[in-house]
Parts: sequence; structure tokens; C-alpha cells
Amino acid sequence: MHEMSLAEGILNIMEEAAAREGFARVKSLRLEVGRLAGVEVEALRFCFDAVIKGSVAEGARLDILDAPGEGWCMQCAKTVPVDALYDACPDCGGYQVQATGGLEMRVLDLEVE
Amino acid sequence: MVRIEQDILSKNNTYAEANRRRFAEHGQFVVNLVSSPGSGKTTLLTRSIELLKGRLPIAVVEGDQQTSNDAERIRATGVRAIQVNTGKGCHLDAHMVGHALEHLAPVDDSLLLIENVGNLVCPAGFDLGEAHKVVVLSVTEGEDKPLKYPDMFHAAALMILNKTDLLPHLDFDVEACIANARRVNPAIEVMQLSARSGEGMQAWLDWLEAGVRAATSARLGEVEALRRRVVELEAQLKEKT
Repeated sequence: MHEMSLAEGILNIMEEAAAREGFARVKSLRLEVGRLAGVEVEALRFCFDAVIKGSVAEGARLDILDAPGEGWCMQCAKTVPVDALYDACPDCGGYQVQATGGLEMRVLDLEVE
Repeated sequence: MVRIEQDILSKNNTYAEANRRRFAEHGQFVVNLVSSPGSGKTTLLTRSIELLKGRLPIAVVEGDQQTSNDAERIRATGVRAIQVNTGKGCHLDAHMVGHALEHLAPVDDSLLLIENVGNLVCPAGFDLGEAHKVVVLSVTEGEDKPLKYPDMFHAAALMILNKTDLLPHLDFDVEACIANARRVNPAIEVMQLSARSGEGMQAWLDWLEAGVRAATSARLGEVEALRRRVVELEAQLKEKT
């Protein structure tokens, strides 16, 4: 996806938190990015480093936590692990799988001073 | 340590929810058209407008990186259109659309068509407050596009296979394409049409008209519920005095 917009979204969340909580600097932050969220993690890191220059998060460490992909298989009527939106159900081999987990991309927490 | 637990796109999602409320209050059925460049979105729009004009009020938001060519093509059909240039941006976001609505001010119980920037990747992640994303794929593209760009086909409720008048000249495998789309999104609806020849257009026009009817009756239902509530409260007030 357009990782620049995502990086700007993260910066925006950190700046809002700084105004709300009254901290001066973000030392590190943790993101959770699901495997089906369509985010290219390396591109996001690259954009993140570009947008934080001169901000409350300048030089902050970015930790990205992976969240596994999950889908509901209509044939098997159960939740199964998937690594991509077009993956088949690992049990029945069918494609009647609706993605249910691993779509999230969230800022979890910030280490601040 | 400061706990945040906030979606990265939460700012966009907040604007999108505001747009969605506004659309519901005004009974507007809003469709977000997405595709790669050159799939025939603008031709599909101008043909749809010509065929629906006089049957329901229509307004258009046109998204492109540069130029107002598309908005001018739409205005030539006689409906109101506003161009949003995203500049360096690769997608429309809900804030841009909210801003465009201030200028466009679409009427109640109408159809609002949003033509997103030609891009099969980025617009997938940005909710604009629309009722549905509709992905347009032309048969001059590859039938494996749903697998190459799964996020968009996953986000869309309807896939339109456009330019079907060209099928006799191509090796495009329609069934394989539909199977690929359903592999990514088992619930996706599919329509095959040619905006140029008009073949298959009726199902699409019916779908749009049904959407506007549903949005209108939802609005009227809400207004009616509010009226009943006012009557109830007035009655309660009378009892007390």
C-alpha cells in the first residue's frame, strides 16, 4: 500500500498523544501489522524514517509486531490460518475463505520521555 | 509507556464515518469506483449518467492526480461534478471527499459516484464513507489481476468486467477471472458489460437504482421514526402538565 500515508498516520497519532499526555519525545513505538493488512513493512520503515525528521519522534525505534492471518472457511465451518487473501483453506483446499484476522494495523504503545 | 491501541488509519476512518452519517441523513447512495488506469471508468460513468439522467439525481466526485479532464467529461453530460486533484497522493481520502461535498452539496435521495484515482493498490485501504467499493476490470487486462492485487478485490462488493465487446478478439478467460476474484473474496458480485456497446449495462443501472431506493427509504424511515418519537414525547409532556 501507500506506506507514506501510513507513516504520516503514525506520526499524527504520536503528535496527538504528545499534546494529550504532555511528553516531549518518543523513544520507541510498537506497531502491530497483520499479515493480510497489505502493508510492506520495509517500505513502511523507510517512510517512517523520512516523516519523523524534526518531529517528537525523531530517532525513535520502530518495533513492528506481526499478527498472523486467519480466515473463516465456509466449507469446514471453522477458523483456519492463511498467509494471503488468495490462500486456500489448508484443510479442505477450497477458496471459500473469508479473512477474519491479520487485517489490523495499529499503534500499540509508545515509550516516551 | 503510553498505551495507544489506535488504528493507523483512524483519522481517515473518523472522517469516513462523518461522511457516511451525512450520506445516510440525505438518503444518498454512494459508490466508490476503483480500478487500474485505462479500465474505462470514466466512459462507464458517462454512459451510466446518460442512461440514468432524468430518472434520478446524480453528482460525481472525480479523483485524479492532475488535470480536470475527467470532471469536464462528466459535466458535458449535464450533471454536477467536482474534480479533486490528489497531487502527489495516490488515492482519495475521506477528508478530501468531505471537503468536496461542501462544494458539491449533492441533493437528497440521489446517487453520488466517486471515481477514485486509477490505482489498484492504495485506494483499497481508504474508506471514504461509501456504501460500496466497485472494482472495474477490463478484459484487455490479465485475468490474474485479482490475485496480483488482492487487497482491492477483497475490499470491493462488486466487480465489473468491462469492455466485453472486445472478448472475441482476445484470449481473456472470463471464468478464470471470476474464479480468481472469488478466491480472494468469496462474496464478491460480478457483472459483465461493455460501456461502449451498452451490452450488460441494464443490470448495473438496476443495481444503482436499487441502491438509491434503499438509501431513500432508510432516510424516510429515520425521519418517520423521529416524528413518532416527537409525538410520544409531546404526549408525555401533556400528561405531566
